[in-house]
Amino acid sequence: MGKRLLKIRIIPTLLWKHDNLVKGINFDNSRKVGFVLPAIKVYNMRQVDELIFLDVTASLENKSPDFVLISDFSSECFVPLTVGGGIKSIEDIRLLLKAGADKICINSITFKNSDFITQAAKIFGSQCIVVSIDVRKNARNFYECYSHSGTINTGINLLDWIKEVEFRGAGEIIITSIDKDGTMQGYDQELIKLVYKNVRIPVIASGGANNYEDMYQAIKNGASAIAAASIFHFTEQTPLEAKKYLFKKDILIRL
Amino acid sequence: MNVVIIDYGMSNLSSISRALEICGASVKISSNPNDVKTAEKIVLPGVGSFFDGMKNLHTLGLVESLREEVLINKTPLLGICLGMQLLALNGTEGGDCYGLGFIKGQVVKMEPKGEKERIPHIGWNDINILRPNILFKDIKNNSDFYFVHSYHFVPENIKNTIATVDYCGKTVAAINNDNIYGVQFHPEKSMPLGFKILENFLKFSGKEIVKNSYNTNAFMET
Repeated sequence: MGKRLLKIRIIPTLLWKHDNLVKGINFDNSRKVGFVLPAIKVYNMRQVDELIFLDVTASLENKSPDFVLISDFSSECFVPLTVGGGIKSIEDIRLLLKAGADKICINSITFKNSDFITQAAKIFGSQCIVVSIDVRKNARNFYECYSHSGTINTGINLLDWIKEVEFRGAGEIIITSIDKDGTMQGYDQELIKLVYKNVRIPVIASGGANNYEDMYQAIKNGASAIAAASIFHFTEQTPLEAKKYLFKKDILIRL
Repeated sequence: MNVVIIDYGMSNLSSISRALEICGASVKISSNPNDVKTAEKIVLPGVGSFFDGMKNLHTLGLVESLREEVLINKTPLLGICLGMQLLALNGTEGGDCYGLGFIKGQVVKMEPKGEKERIPHIGWNDINILRPNILFKDIKNNSDFYFVHSYHFVPENIKNTIATVDYCGKTVAAINNDNIYGVQFHPEKSMPLGFKILENFLKFSGKEIVKNSYNTNAFMET
């Protein structure tokens, strides 16, 4: 009998800012990388495992998600789509799902009101609620959580927070190192391992992927999925090539 | 082909309706019981908890019309994800609750076996097709489909299970009884084979039901 198991997911992340796809370095200095619709069409063809679409300015500017935009994207998007940015209410989630999102990614609101995770998971199911956690190491070498696209230090310790988030009913955690994000210097492997060891829900590694071997290491450290933006937007490396590389190294991959 | 997608406030409606259109259906998204009565095919999608799903179906007056059309008039129905789970007699997510009761069984939380198996079950997983079925026409065994769920359907009668997925043991991936179909995975998000499944459902006229072809050995295999 062959290996009948759940596959590791390779997930391109699309960052949206003021009507354009962008990718910054350390959450800043965004560069334009084109419109989203062509990107989604390309990714449909390349058979990526999921897409993450984040509006990185919505929470910063206190705006609601752009439901019309999501509806336009999702009508062309036949891979599972996770949408985040600017979500402030249960109604926002309902409208995003109606617009075609399959999963919802929340960050800033969870720090204001962690009970929001509980409410959302109760109504939509844990499997729908992805909590994004952006961290940076402080002077004492502890990871601290940041909200609002990395602009506000909440002062909350990562380990305390992931326990809370899991307890509240999050379905997945997407963990991003702000220091590594956009640098293409490699994932923070220690961070991925730390989160994996301390929760029992799937962990998505994000922030800083520099090559396929780096993705391999993140999977070995426990990541159920690999999210990456810069490496796919600014280098020759593609999700399909990444999958072929990982497949050769005996990682369970859908080809 | 006039397909009605049930809108009960719990679903990724735009992708499923677009996928069905690409597969050749004329689609109407509706929460009106009268539309259910004129449908040639019904799709019950769903993201969310069992309890809230049933509550919404009751509030909209859809439970009775679905029962009448599906059980009495034999309109073909495809439940997807939560939409499949709601076909059960009862469920436990969000509080104990009766389901539509179209297929005997209940919906309970999955139980992981070992540290590697984590709940929710999210991602692409290959399925084991247990018996010939119109839904899987031209689909190879062990093909990958996209799953995203924490609860699973435990049918009373194993003959209703037409495919399983190896996660937390043998979990039901697809179910069938007469004109009633359900898939735990998301065909609308599982390009390209998921579209084939939607096409197969659209072609189903109700006359293709394969009798006495159950392969129970495959289901018992561990």
